[in-house]
Amino acid sequence: MSAALDPRLSAAIFFARAAQLASRTLKRGGGSTIPGVVARRIDPKILTKLSKRLPLGSAAITGTNGKTTTTHMVGKILQTAGLRAVNNSTGANLVTGVTAAVVRDASLSGKPLSEMGLFEVDEANVPRVAAEAELKILAVLNLFRDQLDRYGELAYTGKVIASAFADLPRAGAVVLNADDPLVASLGGATSNPVFYGVDAPGLDTGRLQHVADSKACPICGTPLDYEAVYMGHIGVYRCPRGDFSRPPLAYRASRVSLEGARGSTFLLKTPKGESEAKITLPGLYNVYNALAAAAVAGEAGVGLDAVVRGISEFGGAFGRVERIKAGDREAFLLLIKNPVGFNEILRTFITDADARNVLIAINDNDADGRDVSWLWDVDFEMLADAGAEDETEISPFTVSGLRANDMAVRLKYADLPVGPVIPDRKEAIKTALEATPPGETLYVLPTYTAMLEIRKALGDMGYTHQFWEDG
Amino acid sequence: MLTIHHLYADMMNLYGDRGNVISIRKRCEWRGIPVEVVDVGLGERVRPTGCDLFLFGGGQDREQALLADDLSGSKGADLRAVVEDGGVVLGVCGGYQLMGHSYLTPEGEKLPGVGIFDLHTEPRKPDEARLIGNVLVDVEAPETAEVRQVVGFENHGGRTYLGDCEPLGRVISGYGNNGKDGTEGARRLNAYGTYLHGSLLPKNPWLTDQLIHSALRREDESFELQPLDDTAERRAFESVSAQLPGHR
Ligand SMILES: [Zn+2]
Repeated sequence: MSAALDPRLSAAIFFARAAQLASRTLKRGGGSTIPGVVARRIDPKILTKLSKRLPLGSAAITGTNGKTTTTHMVGKILQTAGLRAVNNSTGANLVTGVTAAVVRDASLSGKPLSEMGLFEVDEANVPRVAAEAELKILAVLNLFRDQLDRYGELAYTGKVIASAFADLPRAGAVVLNADDPLVASLGGATSNPVFYGVDAPGLDTGRLQHVADSKACPICGTPLDYEAVYMGHIGVYRCPRGDFSRPPLAYRASRVSLEGARGSTFLLKTPKGESEAKITLPGLYNVYNALAAAAVAGEAGVGLDAVVRGISEFGGAFGRVERIKAGDREAFLLLIKNPVGFNEILRTFITDADARNVLIAINDNDADGRDVSWLWDVDFEMLADAGAEDETEISPFTVSGLRANDMAVRLKYADLPVGPVIPDRKEAIKTALEATPPGETLYVLPTYTAMLEIRKALGDMGYTHQFWEDG
Repeated sequence: MLTIHHLYADMMNLYGDRGNVISIRKRCEWRGIPVEVVDVGLGERVRPTGCDLFLFGGGQDREQALLADDLSGSKGADLRAVVEDGGVVLGVCGGYQLMGHSYLTPEGEKLPGVGIFDLHTEPRKPDEARLIGNVLVDVEAPETAEVRQVVGFENHGGRTYLGDCEPLGRVISGYGNNGKDGTEGARRLNAYGTYLHGSLLPKNPWLTDQLIHSALRREDESFELQPLDDTAERRAFESVSAQLPGHR
């Protein structure tokens, strides 16, 4: 498609490029949103103009957990199918970041290099992105209590997201996680909901984790009856009054087999047929991410073969999980975002994989969440229970971070052994590594800013060789 | 045997209210005091056993309406009677709001409260922010009249105004009931209401012990609690309070 000359658009792209160059030269970082800010100031309609020129349109992915991983998985699937997609980078998931991405992808005359837009979008920014970016597909992964102090309450976040559905074209698809009751309930606000979910009775944890989030019927407020609870409030449910239940699945994972750190296998069923699928990322939460990616790619018209190949070849994106070689030891960094994620990590790595050397680092900066009361929603009691069952001795955890002492109290009240309490992150990682026997792995469970600090400390110690990472 | 009645545990468990239950339970268990936790759901009556502690946590707006409805009949009356009789009740955030006369939702719906405290709650005005952050409060310990400090985290849009009702404490740092009058929470006999949620009891073990003590005293007037080693709790308290203006 040849673009008609639009001087304002060209000027916006030109100055955005200049701004990007300047911010890189000045090493100010944050180079991923500044060009978007500059471009929008010159041409406020730039996102709409450039999005219209993407031949396959755009897809946006939102939700509390898994946005980055899912977006990158879809990218991998599209690549496998021979399609090029423009992606916003992690940490730039507001409308300015999305704008910066399409600007970076365009020639000076405003012609995109890519065929499709693929954006991870912060929950509160979904309406603006939907209004401007001509979305064909919008996927909502899950809604967990995470950013509560920023956005108010979950039901409100759901309403904000649903308000964007009207901006999708008639044939546009809203991809929803059927196993999250609040997300599933958003299906009522669109004529074309596409549901995905997991059927795996064997993975029923048998109890609702103590995370309130949305266990009440979104229609009438009565507590939901769960046939299976997979994690947090995610599972197979129905309202006892009969006005709401988990919707039928268009994309489904069954026969799910979790194989610890090695990944998982499952049977993927889609409207275009079914196939065995394999992923190399650990935990059930990544099975959900893969399902969401399969649904987004499927709705974008990608065939089942490319979907299955794409998700199996996906090795991960930057940020969530990293393995760093630290001399003759290894540091395994697992980002902690919220109680549900914390529970999954405890279950996957500590209970099942028997991790012996563990450092937990809890900060309460803005990016971590300032309120640490969520630590009480994490089911540490499952570790004590598991230890009692196997009659194994649980090794004491080292705790660190600005709220190390809160963490120590939490462990104390779960009857778990508390090791050294070292609020300073740098000192903590050093001490914990030294205490890790050679040849073994130190599992590091940090909140976001603690992870940045620990990664930097490892770098300062000369340990920068990553041999596995995942977003 | 101490019975913890956890009101609407399945719905009102925002902000780590579970931490309060765990604190009470563990501090009893470590002293050899048997504890039972009973969840009291919608449509279920409260059934005091004689040695009870009622916990009423915070929820989201949708749940608040449902609970107000559930409490409007005999259940609310039973709770009022429990308080009049000297029973121990702790309401946090949404639970606290429903212990007053009324709670006006952001949508303008006026929900009736249980009326344990003479107070009412209004929604924030469009130009007002949610009140969020760490809080430090001076609280008078009822038996000794000694003033002690309590830390917690608040996160509420609603503004609570006290009528003829004693506050739980005075705000040293943070917002409290409404961000204006310097009061935090409410207290009447052995009923406590507060916006300090989640990790309230874990980091303020003297308050936990006071609730346990009051509850057990109702069964045995000479009951005394054995002291516990609270070094870890004190450190957690201090790591927060030391960063707030006005701490001692
Ligand atoms: Zn219902």
